[in-house]
Amino acid sequence: MKKNIRPKLYTLSTCMHCRATKRFLKEHGIEYDFVDVDKLDGREKEEVLSEVKSISGGVRFPTIVIGSKVIVGFYEDKLKKALGI
Amino acid sequence: MRTISDMFAEMKKIADEEGYQFNPDSIQLNDILDGLWENEHRYGYPSCPCRIAKGVLADDMDMICPCNYRDADVEEYGCCLCVLYVSDDWATRKHDPIPERRPQEYYEKGYPAILEQKGAGGGDMVEVYRCTVCGYLCGREEPPDLCPICRAKKERFEKFDKIY
Repeated sequence: MKKNIRPKLYTLSTCMHCRATKRFLKEHGIEYDFVDVDKLDGREKEEVLSEVKSISGGVRFPTIVIGSKVIVGFYEDKLKKALGI
Repeated sequence: MRTISDMFAEMKKIADEEGYQFNPDSIQLNDILDGLWENEHRYGYPSCPCRIAKGVLADDMDMICPCNYRDADVEEYGCCLCVLYVSDDWATRKHDPIPERRPQEYYEKGYPAILEQKGAGGGDMVEVYRCTVCGYLCGREEPPDLCPICRAKKERFEKFDKIY
């Protein structure tokens, strides 16, 4: 595994694809940071949503940031490639 | 508040009547139902578990399950965005995530009021289709696979020409 790449996930706690992404990372022993956007409120929610939009051009989940790479949606093959696993 | 199994039983009754199929993968299905129920609990309506809701009914109206985008997505991609509903041939299809059909501006402004929508009238109006069997009318891009009223097939629909 490539060192120093800690994925950052923008997720919804209710979303099956987001849950599958977290499960996949756990199964591969990869530590990650995440924010469940649906659990935020008010201004914080708006701020994180505009962050997501500026990263991928849209509001879609999961949005996964690995270093300089951005993956929108749970794609096992893209994740493996970006993580070098 | 109904339980998850009450919710699914109600959904299944309608889906069976209308010829819709649920995701056959029980782990995925349970995850999706769990998310839907969570949204129903939080917002008072089962908003799509894979889309961020505003928590205001009028703004989220188009993404209450079954969402306005289900039929077109099942037809084009074999499943809806959250993969709750799937096509007959889903098992043989590739299961990559599907694109988002809901216009991105709705996430900012919410679902537009009826008079701002395409189909509200004027030159930009969507097609209206008429079931030749029972007379059911619907305004959308394509007629449904099955008439929700009399179960007639898509071929039995005709364009209902507008008179100007």
